[in-house]
Amino acid sequence: MKNITKEFPGVKALDGVTLDLFAGEFHALVGENGAGKSTLMKVLSGVYPAGTYGGEIVVEGTPRKFKNIRDAEDAGIAIIFQELSLVKELTVGENIFLGREPSRFGVINWTELYQRAGKLLQDLNLPINPKTPVGNLGIGSQQLVEIAKALSQNAKILVLDEPTAALTESEVETLFDILRRLKSRGVGMIYISHKLGEVFTMSDRITVLRDGKTVGTNDAKNLTIGQVIAQMVGREVGDIFPKSAHEFGEAALEIKNLTAFEAETDKKLVDNISFAVRRGEVLGIAGLMGAGRSELLMSIFGAHLGKSSGEIFVEGKRVSINSPSEAIENGIGFVTEDRKRFGLILEQTILDNMTLAGLKQISGAFLIHRTRESVAAKQSMADLRVKANSPLTVAGTLSGGNQQKVVLGKWLLTKPKVLFLDEPTRGIDVGAKQEIYANINALAKQGLAIVMVSSELPEIIGLSDRVLVLHEGKLTGEFSKQEVTPEKVMAAATGNV
Amino acid sequence: MSETKENIFKIQASALRAYSMIAALAVVWIYFHWATSGIFFTPRNLSNLMLQTSVTGILAVGMLMVIVAGQIDLSVGSVLGFAGAVAALALTEWNFGLPIALLSAVVVGVLIGFVHGTLTAYFNIPAFIVTLGGLLAWRGAVKAITQSETIPVADPIFKTIGQQYVDPDIGWILAGAAILFVLAVALRRAQTQKTYGLGEANYMGEILKSIPSIVAIIVFIYLMNSYAGIPIPVLILLAVALLGVFITNFTTFGRYLYAIGGNPDAARLSGINNKLNILKVFALLGALTGIASLIFTARVGSASPDAGTLKELDAIAACVIGGASLMGGRGTIFGACLGALIMASLDNGMSLLNVKDFMQDIIKGSILVAAVGLDMLGKKQS
Repeated sequence: MKNITKEFPGVKALDGVTLDLFAGEFHALVGENGAGKSTLMKVLSGVYPAGTYGGEIVVEGTPRKFKNIRDAEDAGIAIIFQELSLVKELTVGENIFLGREPSRFGVINWTELYQRAGKLLQDLNLPINPKTPVGNLGIGSQQLVEIAKALSQNAKILVLDEPTAALTESEVETLFDILRRLKSRGVGMIYISHKLGEVFTMSDRITVLRDGKTVGTNDAKNLTIGQVIAQMVGREVGDIFPKSAHEFGEAALEIKNLTAFEAETDKKLVDNISFAVRRGEVLGIAGLMGAGRSELLMSIFGAHLGKSSGEIFVEGKRVSINSPSEAIENGIGFVTEDRKRFGLILEQTILDNMTLAGLKQISGAFLIHRTRESVAAKQSMADLRVKANSPLTVAGTLSGGNQQKVVLGKWLLTKPKVLFLDEPTRGIDVGAKQEIYANINALAKQGLAIVMVSSELPEIIGLSDRVLVLHEGKLTGEFSKQEVTPEKVMAAATGNV
Repeated sequence: MSETKENIFKIQASALRAYSMIAALAVVWIYFHWATSGIFFTPRNLSNLMLQTSVTGILAVGMLMVIVAGQIDLSVGSVLGFAGAVAALALTEWNFGLPIALLSAVVVGVLIGFVHGTLTAYFNIPAFIVTLGGLLAWRGAVKAITQSETIPVADPIFKTIGQQYVDPDIGWILAGAAILFVLAVALRRAQTQKTYGLGEANYMGEILKSIPSIVAIIVFIYLMNSYAGIPIPVLILLAVALLGVFITNFTTFGRYLYAIGGNPDAARLSGINNKLNILKVFALLGALTGIASLIFTARVGSASPDAGTLKELDAIAACVIGGASLMGGRGTIFGACLGALIMASLDNGMSLLNVKDFMQDIIKGSILVAAVGLDMLGKKQS
């Protein structure tokens, strides 16, 4: 890709970007959100057709002009987007061959379809039945099915956009094994990720984008993580986890013997958990995907869909919480995971989103006080440094980091005593992460009790004053700030205690 | 930054939609005025047009709120027929007296809305199915209670609701009150700017901004008074529309409807009781359907077994033409009312032109699809 330039109305998203990829190379593309990585890949994969951008795409020596995704696929370019593009109701096999079903006169040859799908999955060492509906698979397996789908199209260039954002450590390992095998077969890969650790383990070369321009392409072995971060943000990043020593207060929230069941079954997702968190304390909850971390928070918050039992005490007083509104009344706030699905109304404004949970506190129970609402939202935007022109900016147009700040602001406006954070920095760039961390620390210092679930170990270890580890719904470890290490947490999270 | 730029585009897009709707209405009016050789734009016909808008408009205000919450109600036409028939029977057969007869239509509407809302929200039956069932069942109920016969209503006071006009002098008094209200709101807005430290109170600026509204009020009353005064049904529509604007913009309930329609999961986790609010919005639509049924019955002077047939489609079409999204989360009362006016203008103009009945249906249907198509086209480009 030479001198790629792409303009949107009023913005130059890409400005003369050049990127080259060798066969069998693992090439990482990194940069803050909004740096232009995804745009560049959409140009490459034909999402933006030839003519809507400047520059040239050359595949194996021939300049190509892709009119659509199909053209790019025919040229051997496959892209796996951040949001999975599988149809959940269809089977694995149907998904792999979607739009290209082996057929005669429009009648699908099911035997051949499932045979070929089975063979593809076998090649990848995936123990998945091609007749399983995709919706029944975990998110990690779905990702692997996407890769199988790309390979079924004889892809020579594979683009992976944040493939590990939702995967557990072991799933990431499986994925990397497969990617290594593809590499040895000569498949060139462009790998977009915020997780620099992974980037360094896997990459041959690393290209850094910033504000639509290439900052540099270098061999991975000549770079350090610090240098890459500096290139990404254009400044040296100091300590990612700013420390602030302060005293803890009384217990703000105490949970006794909480058990939660899966909806409509008697499978225990959370098994007899007890813990307490004090004012000013950051309590980290670690564990692999499916360990019951989110379910634990959801149950306390009154939002779990299955049955649950246990006792909840807020500031020493026993409370009964059966719905999110009761949780809010009792001073619990919940920055949920997956901000696009559970956190935000994307087509509405920052203002509408921010004041949604605390509307009754900000205005009255029945009438909205427009001015008071707008003042509260503006204040919150300034406090959290949300980068947007006005509170009337539509939430869906913000970058991931700013969206996350809006969700955080929404819950702070309910004036909580206890704040739950579920994967607070997933899919946001390093700069925004750092700001969120600073916010968390500041809030703890002001006396807020914080319970944070995260799949990123450095985050859990760097931010938490105390760490709980869950494994299959059970509490398998508790470590203070002084004793916690990544190894101890992983051991407890995998049940090897 | 890219987000700020896009934001400007968004705001322009919504304003653009409002302007293009007003422009579309103007085109329709000018065409009909030309095609009818000047009959369309006479005070008498405009008064008639407003009268025709009133029932659809009231239904559209309720329907808009249901649609914003991500729901739909296909049964309003049948419910309108049923509530109207109950009121007519209460007045003529059962001799309950006028106040109770009027109240009964509204109560019937609320109860039916309550049933539909309960089934939708608490029994998880999709609103489309519940109200499709309602469309059939309540039409059956109308035929049952009227024994498939038209029930004439002779009560002169009842007929006032549908057939009388406000005295021109009172019309001007109402206009004066409305203008004072608009000015008071403008001054208050300027005042709060200052109170909350958002800058100096810009009284003059706010007053200038309210001039278009004031001009619109004066022109409207002038036109209505040039014929016989404001028709009572139109006055009711205006009151209902104002109520709708108030609910959607200034109450927590209204805000919650947009949240539930925009992202039900996010709404639930933000402490909103989705089910209860959905129940409420169906009951509210029921109440408005009851009011609309009174106007409808009073205008015609009788309750017939097929009263209100296809009215649900007019109401839904009005909302959609007015920019509401059937996916929920988007739509305005102003748009829905404008949509109702466009629909009524088509009816009115085509009747003046003696367009055949079947042709009217074909044209209206095509325009509905075309309007949404244009909207989609515009969205794709921006």
